[in-house]
Amino acid sequence: MKKVLSVFVLLLLSAVVYAGGYRVSLQGNRSLAMGHTGVAVVNSAELAFFNPAGLVHLENKLNISVGGFGVFSDVAYQNTEFGTSTETDSPVGTPIYLYASYKLSEKFALGLAVYTPYGSTVEYPTDWAGSHLVNSIELSSVYVQPLFSWEVVEGRFSIGGGPILAIGSVNFNRNLSRSLTDIDGNRSNVTIDASNIPEFGFSVGALLNIDNEDKWKLGFNYRSLIDVNVEPGDGVATFANLPESALAPIDNGDFDFTASLPLPAEWTVGLSYQPNDKWLFAFDFNYAEWSAYESLDLDFLDSDGSVALESLNPRNYKNASTFRFGTQYSPIEKLDLRVGYYFDESPVQDGFFAPETPRNDSNGFTAGFTYNINEKLAVDASFLYLNFKEVDASYDFFLEADGTPAPFEGTYKSSAVVAGLGLSYKL
Amino acid sequence: MKKYIKYIAIPALAFGFLSCEPEFDESVSEGDFFTNGEADFSNYVAVGNSLTAGFADGALYITGQENSYPNIMAEQFALAGGGEFTQPLVNDNTGGLLLGGIQIAANRFVLATDADGNPGPALLSGTPTTDITNVVSGPFNNVGVPGAKSFHLVTPGYGNVAGVTANPQTANPYFVRFASNPNASVIEDAVAANPTFFSLWIGNNDILSFATSGGAGVDQTGNLDPSTYGGNDITDPNVFASVYSQQVDALVATGAQGALVNLPSVTSIPFFTTVPSQAIPLDATTAATLNAVFNAYNTQVLPGLAQFGVITAAEATARQLSFVEGANFITIQDEDLTDISTIVQGPPFNLDPVTAGLLSQLRQTTSSDLIPLTSAGVLGTVDQDSVAFLISLGVDPEQAALQSINGVTLPLGDQFVLTSDEQALITTAQSQYNATISALASANGLALVDASSALAELANGGVAFNGGVLTSDFVTGGAFSLDGVHPSPRGYALTANVIIEAINDTYGSTIPLVDIGNFATVTISDGVN
Repeated sequence: MKKVLSVFVLLLLSAVVYAGGYRVSLQGNRSLAMGHTGVAVVNSAELAFFNPAGLVHLENKLNISVGGFGVFSDVAYQNTEFGTSTETDSPVGTPIYLYASYKLSEKFALGLAVYTPYGSTVEYPTDWAGSHLVNSIELSSVYVQPLFSWEVVEGRFSIGGGPILAIGSVNFNRNLSRSLTDIDGNRSNVTIDASNIPEFGFSVGALLNIDNEDKWKLGFNYRSLIDVNVEPGDGVATFANLPESALAPIDNGDFDFTASLPLPAEWTVGLSYQPNDKWLFAFDFNYAEWSAYESLDLDFLDSDGSVALESLNPRNYKNASTFRFGTQYSPIEKLDLRVGYYFDESPVQDGFFAPETPRNDSNGFTAGFTYNINEKLAVDASFLYLNFKEVDASYDFFLEADGTPAPFEGTYKSSAVVAGLGLSYKL
Repeated sequence: MKKYIKYIAIPALAFGFLSCEPEFDESVSEGDFFTNGEADFSNYVAVGNSLTAGFADGALYITGQENSYPNIMAEQFALAGGGEFTQPLVNDNTGGLLLGGIQIAANRFVLATDADGNPGPALLSGTPTTDITNVVSGPFNNVGVPGAKSFHLVTPGYGNVAGVTANPQTANPYFVRFASNPNASVIEDAVAANPTFFSLWIGNNDILSFATSGGAGVDQTGNLDPSTYGGNDITDPNVFASVYSQQVDALVATGAQGALVNLPSVTSIPFFTTVPSQAIPLDATTAATLNAVFNAYNTQVLPGLAQFGVITAAEATARQLSFVEGANFITIQDEDLTDISTIVQGPPFNLDPVTAGLLSQLRQTTSSDLIPLTSAGVLGTVDQDSVAFLISLGVDPEQAALQSINGVTLPLGDQFVLTSDEQALITTAQSQYNATISALASANGLALVDASSALAELANGGVAFNGGVLTSDFVTGGAFSLDGVHPSPRGYALTANVIIEAINDTYGSTIPLVDIGNFATVTISDGVN
């Protein structure tokens, strides 16, 4: 029992940044193995995330997909002018998913989706060169979504969707400036912690059978923007190691704070082609509306509700696209083999490269398989290797106390490898 | 199924081989991204005084030592073959020293706020825990001894605890703490640390203590026996040249390469530039009253004295007193002026002894006089001793107070002003010391660090860095700690950069500079008494 419990705890730990910004594109093992395509692929309950319109097309009455990933991701930083360097020591991320669909009739299905589309865990060594921007961040979200799926035009067109309950959590620590310390030289820092902030959104999808042989499918899916708003009382900001002085920007101790972080909307259109029982090809295009992330602004509040200190952090993200390709080959009934590729565009613009989400454009190479143990149960496995180029980047909007900008520059190199395992059950 | 295992196994194996560690094409932390050139930084030893020790805010404390320029440099050297750098760390961040439990050096300054919220330097409260009788054992890479003058480095017994309480003092409490034995000299210990690379920055105190004492000491030029010098005296340049070359010879004899740092102008530090010579604000009424009081002196006494040949016409002009509404020059007793206290008591002036005493060597400062920071707390205040003295002579108490305003009606003593004549003595000695340093650097092929120019740049416009401009303005400029003499961590970081640049130039190394914006300026704390 103890072992089971610890595995469970491990799974709940957190998600790790895994696509542009803090989007974690790991919403299904079968999909990931095909370059995380799926908006036009009718294959398993993973449709609950990728396109709920397709759930009604699943052959079986009950479909369940459950799984998780181990994310091994680190970032190295160096500055060749000053000789500073560091590497993150981020824990293994474990995003998870659970999808289920139940067909009420030939035209109507209900579903449930639980997934973790946004998150980021980055841990730098405390007091590293960029510690005035971030020491550590652990951002996570869990989406819970009841779904319907309705075949509007028989054999041709279906729609689906449902409301989203998003539960957001954040834990973030950084130093207050590049040099402020207490009398013993301990860097003044702040930790903000807010857990289980509920917010609401929705997703809708549509699926079109283009031809009469059921070979070509066109899918569309939209997931709405969800702003996670931290109101006074939702979380705690803890200031530590400030000098005991009336000249200090704020006192040591706990403060209420307000903040808002967008979980951006995402559009997906995709095409699939299944020429025969052995082959399947898929293409997805994602467009994430990252421009919603203009600035990360925090107000720290005194007990009377007045603003004791504010922190303004321009982000100015741009909308970003992802291009995904995947193929499935089924040599025998018991086995499906998959490979895929995607190009993931970073939403971060020049001069806004903050080390809390140190992501540049990346190329993802994926592979995986499904082994059908029997008619009902299958094991899904996937791998992802994300290739990042070295990038010279800077964050130009950190201001000294007197308002003088002090850009934080350097070279970043990220690496990420993911392995996932899941089970699919159908009845 | 079996034939498809390979399709699964190959990606699985590939996954195993893919490195999880992100690696740069050219990593700064490994290999030879930064190079040592012809220098060998594996054992760097820094020799000097308080500046080398990391002294700041009037005290030696741990975080100050961690931000000493040699420690900052050693961290950069580590990127090109530099080794461990050990320092004789004190016990706390309070500063101050104990000798057998008795406090013998003051705590550090911090920037505190008074009851009205106004910031100003104040001594941090608390009892120091660094007792100099707890000797720490080396060898140390940082052989910086606060307070040491050039000749002290070659003086055996400078670390003998008995000499700390001797009169005159013959030992240095900071060196007592880490001398290898009571009879060792500083330079012996530095050589014993077996440097492959060294820096030497000594001689500042040979002129600085004269300056900070407001020129209270003696210019010992011509006196070749430093054992006869007082603490505030200027060291004879030949003595400096002799002991400095002994030190360089001893360090070079170990086979080490190194850098010699020259001496900045002591008069461009905030200790002398913060208090303006026009420091006395007066309203129109007071200025008029004072002008009336000194009218007879200006128009009759001084011209009369010049006429009698007691003073020159130039001196008569220099001694004129004049007050205006607004900022006024401070009144001082200048030892370099003719003492007229006796003659003005006689005819035709017939002044009373008190007034005569006041006028004896009286003048107002000019813009070329420098007012030490330590005068800031004295200027414009009423001297109660003077008030009591005047009352005892029968002066009406209100008048007595009016005549006892420091820097106005009561002239400041010589120790509160560094006059332009005194500055000239310092400049002369400084340039002779620097000529010695420069000559020895080139004779031995060592790097010469022009700290003098660097400090002048700070005082004249400042040095830009990522996040601001570093200047020598007191408190706000960022470069100096709260004693107005020693750098802040940011100032020491700049110092390290200046030295590193000179080393790179001389030895062809590519040691990177530090980002001085990452270093602290003054420390704020209200933990004061």
